[in-house]
Amino acid sequence: MKDNQQNLIRFLIGLGDDSVVLSHRLSEWCSNGPYLEEDIALSNIALDYIGRARMFYQYAAELEGDKRTEDDIAFLRNEREYTNLLIHELPINDFAFTMVRQYFLDVYYCQYLLQLCESTDERIAAIAAKAVKESRYHLKRSKPWIKQLAEGTDESRERVQLALDELENFVGELFLMEEWETQLANDKLVVDRKTLEANWNSEVQSFLAESDMKFPDSKIQIRGGRNGIHTEHLGHMLSEMQYLQRSMPGLEW
Amino acid sequence: MKKEKSINQEHLSVYEVFIRSNRGLDHKHVGSLHAESPEHALMYARDCYLRRSEGVSVWVVNAKDITASQEEDIANFIDPMDDKPYRHATHYVLPDNVTNM
Repeated sequence: MKDNQQNLIRFLIGLGDDSVVLSHRLSEWCSNGPYLEEDIALSNIALDYIGRARMFYQYAAELEGDKRTEDDIAFLRNEREYTNLLIHELPINDFAFTMVRQYFLDVYYCQYLLQLCESTDERIAAIAAKAVKESRYHLKRSKPWIKQLAEGTDESRERVQLALDELENFVGELFLMEEWETQLANDKLVVDRKTLEANWNSEVQSFLAESDMKFPDSKIQIRGGRNGIHTEHLGHMLSEMQYLQRSMPGLEW
Repeated sequence: MKKEKSINQEHLSVYEVFIRSNRGLDHKHVGSLHAESPEHALMYARDCYLRRSEGVSVWVVNAKDITASQEEDIANFIDPMDDKPYRHATHYVLPDNVTNM
């Protein structure tokens, strides 16, 4: 049981990390969006993910016995202590890349969170129930963008293709389970992500096929996020994200 | 971060946004926005005007579909109504139970 508790905390921080990292990436569009309305819309989604990260971190902090706060977890760990899946940390690149990544994750979260609503842990189920509604809206937004860019100009189509190529090695990790996470899944506390892969693939491929595009099926899948092994990008991102709290410890506002 | 040139804004249309703040009330004009399509306009309306739960229903209308009265026509279009007080319902007393009028 004590083992399970440790694993549960690890799980919650992992999901919180996924959310906070993606949130920061999306927030990089704030004031840089293609136009004002899209700028606000993307920032709104970033806020949804901040809310999600807070719920996971708060629950983790409670289970830890309130040794540290949600802010400590977010702002006082370095990149090797962050355990987000790598796809979340990739730089925003251009708008096409941001939206393709978002679309991939929206499809993933809609499926994942829906199943997580069935968790035997009521608190996790409640967080998932709140978050899945947000992701359904995110998906409703990202889908038309992919279609529009893929069927737009030669340049926009090429940028979508480049994004697909760049993401091909990072999607597989979404469906790779760690041993400790499998234990939690066996106890019906969390979702076995492996079981989502076929559905995710068929949904994404059939949607892309409508625009005559294809997501390459890569045999090479980069993993390591859940164990703190990251791309070169996360450290740079955290140094910006954590700057204020690191330079003025304990700062509140 | 790579600096990208901004998306060509010539494709954007102006949409007027109308929000109904409560069931039973009517939609009120709250502002306008730019969007690529009516579907996008509806989502932007949600993100720009509804983020604090300001309403229960949204309309977006392409501004070019609105036929509007013209300022220079006011003399014959609006003014003739000014001296017809018998058209005002000011002499009716509203029952207490009637709200939102």
